[in-house]
Amino acid sequence: MSGVAAVRMAGIVKRFGRIVANGGADLEVTTGEIHALVGENGAGKSTLMRVLSGMYPPDAGTAQVATDGKPLRDVTGWNTRQAIEAGVAMVHQHFMLVPTLTVAENLILGRELRRGLALDLRAAEREVRELSERTGLRVDPRRLVSDLSVGEAQRVEILKTLYRGAKVLILDEPTAVLSPPEVGELWKVLRRLRDDGGTVILITHKLDEVIEISETITVMRAGRTVGRMKTTESTPRTIARMMVGRDVSLALDVKDGGRGMRDEGTSGGGPAVSSSLIPALRVSNLTVPSARKPNEVDGVSFTVARGEIFGVAGVEGNGQTELIEAITGLRVAASGMVSIADSSGTLRDVTARDVRARAETGLSHVPEDRHRRGLVLDYSVADNLILGQQHRFTGGASVLDQARIASNAASRIKTFDIRPPDESLPSRALSGGNQQKVVIAREMGRPFTVLIAAQPTRGVDVGAIEFIHDQLRKARAEGKAILLVSADLVEILALSDRVAVMYGGRIVVTLPGSDASAEALGPYMTGAQGTAA
Amino acid sequence: MTSPSVDRPGSDRAARVRVAFEESILPPLVALAIAAVVGDILIIIFGQSPGEVYRQLLEGTWGNAYGFGQVIYKATTLTFTGLAVALGIRAGLFNIGAESQLASGGFLAALVGLAMPSGTPALLAVPVCLVAAAVGGGVVGAVPGELKARFGASEVIVTIMLNFVVLALLNYIVAAHIHVSETLHTPEIRAGALPRLAAAFPVFSGSAANTTFLLALATAAVVWWYLFRTRPGYELRAVGLQPDAAEYGGVRVGGVWAKTMVLSGVLAGVGGLNYVLGYKHYYEEGFGTGSGFLGIAVALVGRNHPVGVVIAALLFATLSQGGLAVNALVPKQMVDVLTAVVIIAVATAVPEVRRALAAARSGVGGNPPKAGRRESGIDGSRDSSDSRFPIPDSR
Amino acid sequence: MIAFLIQTLRIVTPYLFAAAGGIISERAGIIALTLEGFMLTGAFCAALGSYYTGSPWVGILAGAAGGVLAALLHALATIRYRADQVVVGIAMNLLAVGVTRFFLRLAFDSSSNSPRIPGFGGGGVGSGVFSSLANPLVWFGILCMVGVGWTLYRTPFGLRVRAAGEKPEAALSVGVPVRRVRWLAVGLSGASAALGGAYLALDQHQFTDGMTAGRGFIALAAVIFGKWDPKRVTIACLLFAAAETMQIRLQSLQLVPSQFVEMIPYVLTIVALAGVVGRAVQPAALGKAVD
Repeated sequence: MSGVAAVRMAGIVKRFGRIVANGGADLEVTTGEIHALVGENGAGKSTLMRVLSGMYPPDAGTAQVATDGKPLRDVTGWNTRQAIEAGVAMVHQHFMLVPTLTVAENLILGRELRRGLALDLRAAEREVRELSERTGLRVDPRRLVSDLSVGEAQRVEILKTLYRGAKVLILDEPTAVLSPPEVGELWKVLRRLRDDGGTVILITHKLDEVIEISETITVMRAGRTVGRMKTTESTPRTIARMMVGRDVSLALDVKDGGRGMRDEGTSGGGPAVSSSLIPALRVSNLTVPSARKPNEVDGVSFTVARGEIFGVAGVEGNGQTELIEAITGLRVAASGMVSIADSSGTLRDVTARDVRARAETGLSHVPEDRHRRGLVLDYSVADNLILGQQHRFTGGASVLDQARIASNAASRIKTFDIRPPDESLPSRALSGGNQQKVVIAREMGRPFTVLIAAQPTRGVDVGAIEFIHDQLRKARAEGKAILLVSADLVEILALSDRVAVMYGGRIVVTLPGSDASAEALGPYMTGAQGTAA
Repeated sequence: MTSPSVDRPGSDRAARVRVAFEESILPPLVALAIAAVVGDILIIIFGQSPGEVYRQLLEGTWGNAYGFGQVIYKATTLTFTGLAVALGIRAGLFNIGAESQLASGGFLAALVGLAMPSGTPALLAVPVCLVAAAVGGGVVGAVPGELKARFGASEVIVTIMLNFVVLALLNYIVAAHIHVSETLHTPEIRAGALPRLAAAFPVFSGSAANTTFLLALATAAVVWWYLFRTRPGYELRAVGLQPDAAEYGGVRVGGVWAKTMVLSGVLAGVGGLNYVLGYKHYYEEGFGTGSGFLGIAVALVGRNHPVGVVIAALLFATLSQGGLAVNALVPKQMVDVLTAVVIIAVATAVPEVRRALAAARSGVGGNPPKAGRRESGIDGSRDSSDSRFPIPDSR
Repeated sequence: MIAFLIQTLRIVTPYLFAAAGGIISERAGIIALTLEGFMLTGAFCAALGSYYTGSPWVGILAGAAGGVLAALLHALATIRYRADQVVVGIAMNLLAVGVTRFFLRLAFDSSSNSPRIPGFGGGGVGSGVFSSLANPLVWFGILCMVGVGWTLYRTPFGLRVRAAGEKPEAALSVGVPVRRVRWLAVGLSGASAALGGAYLALDQHQFTDGMTAGRGFIALAAVIFGKWDPKRVTIACLLFAAAETMQIRLQSLQLVPSQFVEMIPYVLTIVALAGVVGRAVQPAALGKAVD
């Protein structure tokens, strides 16, 4: 390392409404190094880099950049155009490429090469080829972007930045969409860039990659920077511990004999002891496609028993969403089977049935995105409390039974302590926690055998979190089967009787709750340990 | 990991009502103000005094019985087409085909009225004609609905194209087969005629207002009841507001689209009764020209609510009749211009007012800005272009 | 045969103008429902210009100017104020009808047509067949379509237009001023479609109320049926124009009722949207406003 700072950010604060995405984040990157910016979802890494690349100005703090041999200068609050001109460019997770244009056309868009009045496409193609040679990013300039594989599209994205003279390259979770050989290719490219004098900042949560490719690591947690170390002096475990934070040490509290459970004194029995082992949800060899790949969920099998909370841990983007959608009927699986127990306890094959049929059989679903799926925001609380069940509140001639809807709302509001207790309020007006309570009140307030709870406490205040956790435990005690999918490891550890980790579309490990802990699971979550299970 | 939480304040009911009022009533008011200004300019260009023109306009419409009758007559058709468009928009669909659905409905009603033996009691004949009109409009509405549900075909384009097709077809049938010589209308119906209002209230004599007006009001009530009191209406509105949530709630979105287009067509088709059963008692080429497009204006100004639609229908009918009343002073085309200005102004005002109000209330709650408008989820980490349902831009 | 071709050429010219405008507008992401209104405006302004100066060339300029003005209003509402493009599009058409009628009354004191204006060519259907070719607008029409094709695929502006209509976020992320690109595209579409109307007025030596008679929508149908590609759209325009010519010539024979020939463009478009002849997939960002 040359020792000269290329980027220095100090005390960056960035708020969105009342969310504090960055609450005092720092970063120092040396020129000519590959620097990993690490943290869980919501830690604030993407936000920090967007501030750096000019997408948004920070609310407080400073950013300084030194490129092209010039000394560090203050660039706080600059825009993307200025950033690109200075050589700082970001390659986003969701590619900014126009699918109907060719690689060459995408490359020169906004900085077009001309010959007189016309586009000089030939020169553009030449540029692409030259850059390709130099950097090892192989791609055919004439091909349409829509025909490219994800790995190739990523190469184009990187080429775009290099074409504009990027010297500091920020990559946001670049390997999320790559296959292992493609990842190897990418490392080669990054190393070449570094050897050429470029600086690379890699946003990632995959610790095995961090160890493999980076030289320095900055760890972020809950919007702040919590650590900075040389890669040679770290291990995945130490990094993971820093990522997950102080709560981990609570969870590792030896009081419970190293069980890793957060709360003592839980009602309804301890984990795994009273599980009845009668299956209520069975998933067999489920393969589910997504827009990105045909096996976003790759042959997943598991069973959830009555009176059990089965937790699926894992960083988002490893197929959890598609798995849930396939189980609930919102997405069609490519192959495999889904069975749900009905009220009499018989397992029924629902693979071919639609959303309503599965709900009727006994499936309840607390979706991970309450703003998109879980609630019709412009509907009142009362109307949202019957969403999915509206046919049960219908009287003769398809008329909605307003009296029953109102009484349903009144009782749910009371039981689940929804505030403010006004059922005619549009759901938009409620706080995140109360909105989630509406969803939970609806899904758990009706008869069900299996509950799928996805990210149930995301964006929810602490009081509501406890409440929701209590509801889940209560349901377990009543013999319900609960599939808990969450990126919040603490939550998983606190509630689950058994814990599985989902990585790359597969279940890579399943542990009994007593053996589960952040330390045990962390490596699986980041791919450092275990492949297809 | 616990993300920082999002807190929104609880609102009290009064504030809420005020907000709803602002968002729905303000845009049309702003638009009408703009239209009034433009109208003043045009009137002055023509060398007249705006005050005088507006006075005569009001006199010629609400100021005398004949004028008022004409207003009621025109408002009737507009109520039907307005309801048709409004229902569609509530489901997230744009029905531009009210024009041809209106014509088809009127045509079928005229045919049926012709086919029935004269002397058939009105109690039987009118409902039969009503059904015919409903079928006529519904069939035309079904085409874009099916195409959208099955192929995702834009209902905007399909309805516009279908307008031409259907109107040409009707023109052919009438011109080639079923017209009274030297005219472009069908023979007079033998049964199913509806009485004019003048029959009960002689003060309206001479105007075209007829009992279809009462049917229009009843239909508005039915649509209101359907939208806000029934389960299908609940599902329809959910599809229009958040198709992903509706799908999560077990609703088949494509089915709702198809059904809504049929209902929309039915509403427009029934509007044809105003002319065919209540006024001339035959189908005439071009009887509803412009009413389909005006229906869009009515729905827009009426904020897609049945009550608003009735009020807006009366407004545009007043403008239309008023234009005739002041024709000596200012060309009645001024009304056409004003109508268009109102539509553009309302369409522009809706997002602007919404944004202004949101900005005034901002700083409280909210998600990170959506880069490229595609991200959702609390921390903007999810790409919601995964949603299969394109959400219309502004409504 | 030659007469058939020439007549088709006469009929296709306004379609080419309007469709060219439609292509550039929609490829940039702005729905082109207003072609009809732009055409009518152009026809009227051309008539005004030609009448008051005695020169049809001034008429051409006036027509184009009128179209641009109308287009700017449309752009203001839809791009700057982000009003719904369909609603504004329909309103613009109504506005054009109203405004032209209003000023028709004002300028010429008539509610149906203007007096005879200096124009190009013989005017009217019956006059000398070759006289149509003397109308320079016929050649401009072809040039216009060719020009749009070249601009779209071979100029930087065209590249930006295509990006703006498919994925404006991507264009924004590399610094392309998407809104400005759309303004320009809409302005051009206004000028182009207006020239189509100017052609009509100058060819017939008169402005008649509603003289565009739905041609703007046929042009839109051609754009969709031709999948927004200039070559294909030209073929679609020719197809529609040829059918019209055929119908006129065969009118006396009463083979096929004229109304059915009228329907052809519209039916074909519906069929194209349903994917029966290969899906017509529109520019991905069509109709969506940009932040």
